[in-house]
Amino acid sequence: MTKKLSMQEIILTLQEYWASKGCMLMQAYDTEKGAGTMSPYTFLRAVGPEPWNVAYVEPSRRPADGRYGKNPNRLYQHHQFQVLMKPSPENVQDLYINSLKKLGINPLEHDIRFVEDNWANPSMGCAGVGWEIWLDGMEVSQFTYFQIVGGQEMDPVASEITYGLERLASYVQDVNSVFDLEWGYGVKYGDIFKEPEYEHSKYGFEESNQNMLLNMFNSYEKEATRLIKLGLVHPAYDYILKCSHTFNLLDARGAVSVTERAGYLARIRKMARAVAKAFVIERKKRGFPLIKDEKKRAELLKDHSKNKKGDK
Amino acid sequence: MTHEYLLEIGLEEMPAHVVTPSIKQLIKRAGDYLKQQRITFDSIKPFSTPRRLTIQILGLSDKQPDINKSVKGPSKKIAQDDKGNWTKAAIGFTRGQGLTPDDIQFKNVKGTDYVFVNKHIPGKPVQDVLSGMKKVITDMTFPTMMKWNVYHLEYVRPIRWIVSILDDQVIPFSILDVKANRITRGHRFLGHDVAIKKVSDYEDDLKQQYVIADAKKRKQLIVNQIHDLAKKHHWQIKVDPNLLEEVNNLVEWPTIFAGSFNRRYLELPASVLITSMRDNQRFFYVEDQNGKLLPYFVSARNGNSDYIENVIAGNEKVLTARLDDAMFFYHNDMNKSIDYFVNRLKRVSFHDRISTMYEKMQRVEHISQIIGKHVGLDSTQLKNLKRASQIYKFDLVTEMVGEFAELQGVIGAKYAQLKGENDEVARAIREQYMPISSDGELPQSKVGATLALADKFDSILTFFSAGMIPSGSNDPYALRRQAIGIVRIIRRESWHLNLNDLLNSFIKAETADEFDVQLDQKSQINNVIDFIKDRIVKLLQSEKIHHDIIESVVNGHNPDILFILDSADVLNQHQNDSDFKLSIESLTRVMRISNKANFKPDELNVDPNLFQNDSEKKLNQAVDEVKNGYYHLMPNEIYQRLSNLKRPISDYFEQTMIMDKNSEIKNNHLKQMVILTNLILWFADLDKLIVK
Repeated sequence: MTKKLSMQEIILTLQEYWASKGCMLMQAYDTEKGAGTMSPYTFLRAVGPEPWNVAYVEPSRRPADGRYGKNPNRLYQHHQFQVLMKPSPENVQDLYINSLKKLGINPLEHDIRFVEDNWANPSMGCAGVGWEIWLDGMEVSQFTYFQIVGGQEMDPVASEITYGLERLASYVQDVNSVFDLEWGYGVKYGDIFKEPEYEHSKYGFEESNQNMLLNMFNSYEKEATRLIKLGLVHPAYDYILKCSHTFNLLDARGAVSVTERAGYLARIRKMARAVAKAFVIERKKRGFPLIKDEKKRAELLKDHSKNKKGDK
Repeated sequence: MTHEYLLEIGLEEMPAHVVTPSIKQLIKRAGDYLKQQRITFDSIKPFSTPRRLTIQILGLSDKQPDINKSVKGPSKKIAQDDKGNWTKAAIGFTRGQGLTPDDIQFKNVKGTDYVFVNKHIPGKPVQDVLSGMKKVITDMTFPTMMKWNVYHLEYVRPIRWIVSILDDQVIPFSILDVKANRITRGHRFLGHDVAIKKVSDYEDDLKQQYVIADAKKRKQLIVNQIHDLAKKHHWQIKVDPNLLEEVNNLVEWPTIFAGSFNRRYLELPASVLITSMRDNQRFFYVEDQNGKLLPYFVSARNGNSDYIENVIAGNEKVLTARLDDAMFFYHNDMNKSIDYFVNRLKRVSFHDRISTMYEKMQRVEHISQIIGKHVGLDSTQLKNLKRASQIYKFDLVTEMVGEFAELQGVIGAKYAQLKGENDEVARAIREQYMPISSDGELPQSKVGATLALADKFDSILTFFSAGMIPSGSNDPYALRRQAIGIVRIIRRESWHLNLNDLLNSFIKAETADEFDVQLDQKSQINNVIDFIKDRIVKLLQSEKIHHDIIESVVNGHNPDILFILDSADVLNQHQNDSDFKLSIESLTRVMRISNKANFKPDELNVDPNLFQNDSEKKLNQAVDEVKNGYYHLMPNEIYQRLSNLKRPISDYFEQTMIMDKNSEIKNNHLKQMVILTNLILWFADLDKLIVK
């Protein structure tokens, strides 16, 4: 192999590659979330009939996975490189494999497998069918054909590819600890993230204010529910993301018992379903502008008025 | 002349466990379709890999057989007018059959002449029939289905290509955007697309493109390579058939390789090593000739041996990271005592609406002692049972079980041994969850069986008391599985346990102590008994016992599970006896008459002074003999005694007018009937039997 790619070179390579395959490059969304899937550029845009092709890096927070910066592979926050293509292209698997080639991973020199892994995120009302992608036995990506998002059945179906950037980089750079990864110009991942990892773990496991978090959850939920009713989809969604993250913080703190847990997840799911539905309604109101085929567009909009009557 | 047909469905990687059932399904559907279409064939040869489901149909007939049939039309009277001209009805009928009135013949049917035509339907050529394979493909069903792109077809994974050739000709059809042709795809990385010239080229053509399409041959290749490797290194490798099946359906061109890990990880419990290798990475683990784990693993690459050192290094790295994690957990766990973990269970919820895990153990400590004494465990066993029940959930708070949840119980047993508990205690801890599926392995030790029973009884009782009763498909805590576990353990151990007394004594012991669950368990006893009886029904059904026998035994009054199961066996064995029908009919006659009576238990005395005839006396004596020691008898003895009553009963009915005008005499009769009915019901509700 030639020179080992740094984290930022890996990101740049993937961005350039997917941009060349018709994806718009979006930026990370500025509200805390547990996965790239929860960005509105995936969760909301996957829903409804409009085409959508994007790629972006998403820092993803999982408070319960924090290990004070001491575990070489587990992190409070890791980075996902997310690709969403709707409708799913015919050659999407090949597109993915070629992206690995761009990173210097020649499939003939490795063992690349698609191992069944059906993904579900019940709290967001999501389910999909797909694989983990194994590179010499290591899971480096998740590949999913969304079937249901926010309780909405997919039509058309979006394909989602999520690269675990730290995992992939550990492989490319051949290091055993993520903290030894080179981000760029000799600066190590640990130089940047070890301190926040420690602090967030300390906060999440020991110092978070449970009462404050509980109150926040309730307030966010109230606000989100109110905004959904007003058709203010995007601010509503921001508050749902905040609910989700607040719940994750409570969960990490051990403040949520088994049954309460199911209750919280059900509350988030209810909002997620409502906002996904509202999103489609709002897009319809705007005439599904991303659909360029006028005949198809007209047909979908005709359906819309019928459904709307039916709803009332 | 016969033909050969090749059909290949090219898919994105199917789940490994779906491949084999799906190819079987395709064979069945294709065969059924051809039979329904009246096309004969010799055999169907299957091929399957993660990316393809293929069948070769050999010895196909050229076309459907022609059909000649005579079709009846209107009567002659209607078909011709007075002058003998064809009517509209006649013309219409022949046109409907694709013929003309010239083809009409008359035949006499029961004295009336009718119009008949001979119709010849030529058989469709096999080519036309085979285009219908499209529907065979789209009709396939899978455990998980998905949609893709803009299409609405649901399938196991997206269909990417289809090969459909008869001998050397493409049989065209399309599914969504895929047109059937002769191009197949080779190995994803090593191979290329290849055009299949004729059906019989398929296997070899694919082999050229690094695909072993025959699943059996591929599997054999894997096994042979594993054996070669084992022989070379003097290893012992147990080729787990489930893992082999899975690995076989993850690869198209298997190359077996071995990797190693640092010897120091062998310090880990074997179950942790095996789970990490087998379940997480799909590796085969390696043992020496004495069955001791060695620091090696064996796996299959989907490809050839080029650059295999990269593959080995990568897999070693992944396994090492896992084992390193496990080692970290193991050392942390080893630094703590069982008491430490047990104490932590005070803060772990069994269920919010029930209690902590610690309190559950306290309840189970009492319950298990009650059961243990009842089934006759000796004092050492009781002592070990007590110790086991005091600590048996401790591994739930170890870091190892936090990481490897599926090893609960197994880790507990291992740690217990390492921390100085004796083997019987450790074994009971390991066996507490058994059986983990409805036909899973049962505990082997008495202490383990007792603990497993106690734990399950407590779960069912407390969940019921907290209002979480399974309904329909909703059984989130798998209480049904636990109930069937109870039934199976009791049967295996041949333990006589009176459910009613037992459940009452559990609750009594708990209420007497401070850890009372504060739930109304008592009110749930009958529900729990019914719930367990439902599982008895299911178990007997699975053993193909007749429905009426099952109904009969579970409606008997003896609350002893083993007795119920054995009664079913007894009835099942005797149901074909020559006198079975007679015996049952005489007994059920008694039962039906006794329905008319309503006595308090203390009124149930037969007065011999009121007897009117000899048969009454004889029946009364016979019943007294039956009663003697009756409630301690095994079901087969009970059946014999009851069966022997048929003669006195029939004599009795012959000579006795039950509903005598004298109410005193009548009641005396009815009391006799009720006494006997109660004896019968203790055994089984024989009135539920259907005797032919």
